[in-house]
Amino acid sequence: VVCPLHLFRGESGGDAVGVFYEKVTALTGDQPPVVMSHKGLHFVHVRQGGLYWVATTTADSSPFTIIEFLNRLSALVKDYCGSLSEKSVQMNFALIYELLDEAVDYGYIQTTSSDVLKNFIQTEAVSSRPFSLFDLSNVGLFGAETQQSKVAPSSAATRPIQSSREQSDLRKSEIFVDVIERMSVVIGSNGMLMKADVEGEIRVKCYLPNCSEMRIGLNEEFSIGKSQLRGYGAAVRVDEVSFHQMVRLDEFDSHRILRLCPSQGEQMVMQYQLSDDLPSAPPFRLFPTIERDSGGRLLMYLKLRCDLPPKSLSQELSSPDQSAELKPQSRAVVWKIPRFTGGMQLSALFKLEVPGLSSASLLEVGPVGLSFELPKLTATGLQIRFLRLSPVQPGPSQRWVRYVTHSDSYTIRI
Amino acid sequence: MPYLGGEETVRELRRALSNPNVQSDQLRYRNTILKVIRAMSQGVDMSGLFSEMVKACATVDVVQKKLVYVFLCSYAALNPELSLLVINTLRKDCQDPNPMVRSLALRNMTNLRLPSLVEYVEQPLAAGLRDRAACVRRVAVLGWAKLHNLQASSEIDAAVVNELYSLLRDPDPVVMVNCLRALEEILKDEGGVAINKPITHHLLNRLKECDIWGQCQVLRVLQRYRPQSEDELFDILSLLDASLVSPHPPIMAATLSLFLSLCSGQPAVSLAALERVRGPLLAACGSGSREMRFTALCHIQLLLRSIPGLMGAHYKRFFCGYAEPAYIKQRKMQVLVELVNDENVAMLLDELKGYCTDVNAETAQAAITAIGRIGRSYSDRCLEILTGLLGLKQDHITSAVVQTMRDLVWVCPQCSDTVCFALEGCEETLQDSQGRQALLWLLGVYGERVSSAPYTLEVFIDGVRSEASLGVKMELLTATMRLFLCRPAETQDMLGRLLHYCIEEETDMCVRDQALLYYRLLHCGIEETRKVLQGRRSDPSLGVLIGRPAEPVSQWARSFNTLEPLRQGSIETESVSRGSPEHTMFDPKPNADLSNTLDCSRIEKVHSGKEDFVWMEECVRCPTIPRCSPQSLQAAMQLVNIQTLAFTPPQTLPWRVYLYTHTCLDDAPHSTLILGELLYTGEEPQKAEVHKDDKALKGFLSILTTVLHTLSSERA
Repeated sequence: VVCPLHLFRGESGGDAVGVFYEKVTALTGDQPPVVMSHKGLHFVHVRQGGLYWVATTTADSSPFTIIEFLNRLSALVKDYCGSLSEKSVQMNFALIYELLDEAVDYGYIQTTSSDVLKNFIQTEAVSSRPFSLFDLSNVGLFGAETQQSKVAPSSAATRPIQSSREQSDLRKSEIFVDVIERMSVVIGSNGMLMKADVEGEIRVKCYLPNCSEMRIGLNEEFSIGKSQLRGYGAAVRVDEVSFHQMVRLDEFDSHRILRLCPSQGEQMVMQYQLSDDLPSAPPFRLFPTIERDSGGRLLMYLKLRCDLPPKSLSQELSSPDQSAELKPQSRAVVWKIPRFTGGMQLSALFKLEVPGLSSASLLEVGPVGLSFELPKLTATGLQIRFLRLSPVQPGPSQRWVRYVTHSDSYTIRI
Repeated sequence: MPYLGGEETVRELRRALSNPNVQSDQLRYRNTILKVIRAMSQGVDMSGLFSEMVKACATVDVVQKKLVYVFLCSYAALNPELSLLVINTLRKDCQDPNPMVRSLALRNMTNLRLPSLVEYVEQPLAAGLRDRAACVRRVAVLGWAKLHNLQASSEIDAAVVNELYSLLRDPDPVVMVNCLRALEEILKDEGGVAINKPITHHLLNRLKECDIWGQCQVLRVLQRYRPQSEDELFDILSLLDASLVSPHPPIMAATLSLFLSLCSGQPAVSLAALERVRGPLLAACGSGSREMRFTALCHIQLLLRSIPGLMGAHYKRFFCGYAEPAYIKQRKMQVLVELVNDENVAMLLDELKGYCTDVNAETAQAAITAIGRIGRSYSDRCLEILTGLLGLKQDHITSAVVQTMRDLVWVCPQCSDTVCFALEGCEETLQDSQGRQALLWLLGVYGERVSSAPYTLEVFIDGVRSEASLGVKMELLTATMRLFLCRPAETQDMLGRLLHYCIEEETDMCVRDQALLYYRLLHCGIEETRKVLQGRRSDPSLGVLIGRPAEPVSQWARSFNTLEPLRQGSIETESVSRGSPEHTMFDPKPNADLSNTLDCSRIEKVHSGKEDFVWMEECVRCPTIPRCSPQSLQAAMQLVNIQTLAFTPPQTLPWRVYLYTHTCLDDAPHSTLILGELLYTGEEPQKAEVHKDDKALKGFLSILTTVLHTLSSERA
């Protein structure tokens, strides 16, 4: 637990860190409440990258603002330090002091725009991991272990944004456009889809030293809301869309093109939601059989099928390298499947010795929660048609478009 | 966390800092300073290096300057004399051609927080206000606020205030916002910056130039503005409409706050605004940051108080994700309970049922309580689920189910048959005192319908010696007494044993007194006993009012977009999950029954001495009470934080209302609970009986009287 503390107003007293530390460690639950108070001093915290980001404040301040700022601050630190961990924070404390100093004055937020801040920030980031071009071991966003045909090196998106200024390495003029979707699905015990929500976002992570304008083209048949359907093909539909304020939408209505001038660092360009109306079947289905065998053991026979179109992953599997583990503390069996191609079906049989197993206990089994990451796929079908930069970048610039769908919560009842 | 060898480190660093070789090599110098700061941030006391660091301040290297300033600002208060030396360097830096250096110097000059330096700071600050570079002006503006707070007693310099007001027209939006912030601080005693019509419209017009933090600040300050005409009000509202559906939750929340304060006289407009923010709030509920989700959920709960049906169609958005932390799950369940209607009840209960077996016991209990709450309107479906859960034989689940059934049966006596049937065999799985208390209460009240009740009680009585929980003992006494009244033959012997034990051997004063009371009561005859003990059974006509009427927006508008909603709920859940339904006036053990609102510290206090048991009776004459409907009385009482427990039906005599409230003063060591009975027998005055706390009692009575007078005058 690291709390980079800065006294902005000198009102909180020096022991605020100690008080917060005691409060956090004294709690036994999995999560301390977001707001805690001690003698009229209120602590608001968020957790990002395994760190607590804490603000102290008065009771009448806006929680939305504080939490958004703490999230933004952690994103800034991530942008400047490359990655977010206790180690990188410790190594870059001087940079973080500087960042805080410029972003907040006397407890008032001055700016959090990386474009503005980059003029002020002088300290250079210390990378916690030496950068290697050949570091292909774990690839993709969020540590997804998927090897795709053409991949960006994993450390490419986790390097400090400012190193480009010092080392004018051409290879580093890169831009990443990520389409990230989070699915939350509930499938009933009868196999019925009870709920399916998708929250999606397009993020741009820009390392280009000078990029005046960028045009992102989405699917032409992209439609918003129920009324408006476009084109003849399978429409890509979402319920609600919101854009970052820097996005210009003059070509959006006619050609579904977003125009923006990305600033260095990571920014959210577009957010969208879709509820209860997925264009395709949910990606995973489970066929469970739970019973009690003669020896009083609990038998769980699980058949898991991936309903994605067969070629959605480029690799073929040699043999599924699965593992299963019983976690007595959370009373769960964890079944890990490193890779799972579309159309495939996997099954597993778990035999559990449960003391005092009765027929009623079978009701207690479940639900099954799936957590997965689907690379190169979006649940809504949103695609990026093209990505154009102007002026045309001198030298070789790399443009990456990555799609990934996460399971925010994928629950199958038994 | 000072570690051993701290002094050694200080000595070593001092040597390095004063080494001319290090000083001449910029990189080495910087690295040494870096080491100092690192040690400082790890909690080592580095104040001894102050003079060396002051020297290091005079450099052209901006990074080094920044690092030194971090150090100086942390330790300046300990070395006011030496800090005077820094001022010279800082003042020189204020003349630097580089605006970044100027702003840096100015900021740190004001961050030293030394009243003795104020006279040196004022001149550069005044110059800073007229600097060419916006970044210097930003710092200078806030600098005046810092200066003012440093010497709060000094009078306000009118020239500075005027200059700050004129800087509201600065081309840089951050300077403008900082001016607002500074004026708010400087003019705090006068109620903050003056918000008149020209300033308001100027701020509104420039709102779009600001970033989200600036917008939030401006929107917040504007809450003080009162439009002069309705036309102006609607002009402002339509200007703000786009911000209301902003994708940034902070702006959306700040705009809604402003809407609610502007439209406080126009409830219809406020309600329309709430409808507008539904979309953005729901989006915030699905945000990637779980803290943001939590905040949005808490605020949705506020909105639902005024428009209960606001989210009805979107109930699925509040289904819990399996990886969500318990505090979010519990909030979502509280919201789900509010959203239940005929169409979604089946889906919703199915979902809640899934949470009942959650690995986290608290989540499971919250889910069971939620089902119980829904049971007040859909009792059959819910009882089916609850009974099914008993079959799992998990102690925490059984305990929560029994408590929930107790609460449910009090409100819906028609459920009692199912509950009685389900109780058989529960006692084996119950472990915690809350659950056993609930079971005992049920056995006492419905003893004649549960065939095994005497046997269950006997097991408890046999084990009373080793019983640790006070609450269980008290409940056991009452339950045995009640069972004795309906099944004397089976119970007489064990009641004798229990009373004997409690009077002769029990060390706790509370239990002993209770047993003595019952013993003497039995001397008065069986009819007297029956009157006292069975009068407390829930009467279908004496029902708690279910379902909250839609509250006016004004009731929570002030707490919207503050930390309050985030803190509130945790207290609320507690009282919802633990309430015993029975609160009677004649019972000298309110602490056992009302543990929901009393904290442990006070329970101990009650035990410590007899004088705390003194009951007070106060009379207030108020002749025309029961002329209004229970609903309007309840609503009126809730306005002043008095909760109603139960009513007799209207037009019956004697007409009774049971009330409770508790003091919530932050500075008091413990809160006082006030139980009140409002009695109207035609001519008699009303009574309120409370714990001895004169001040709280007086406050309560005066508020109560005011409410009643208001109500009766409305009727008249």
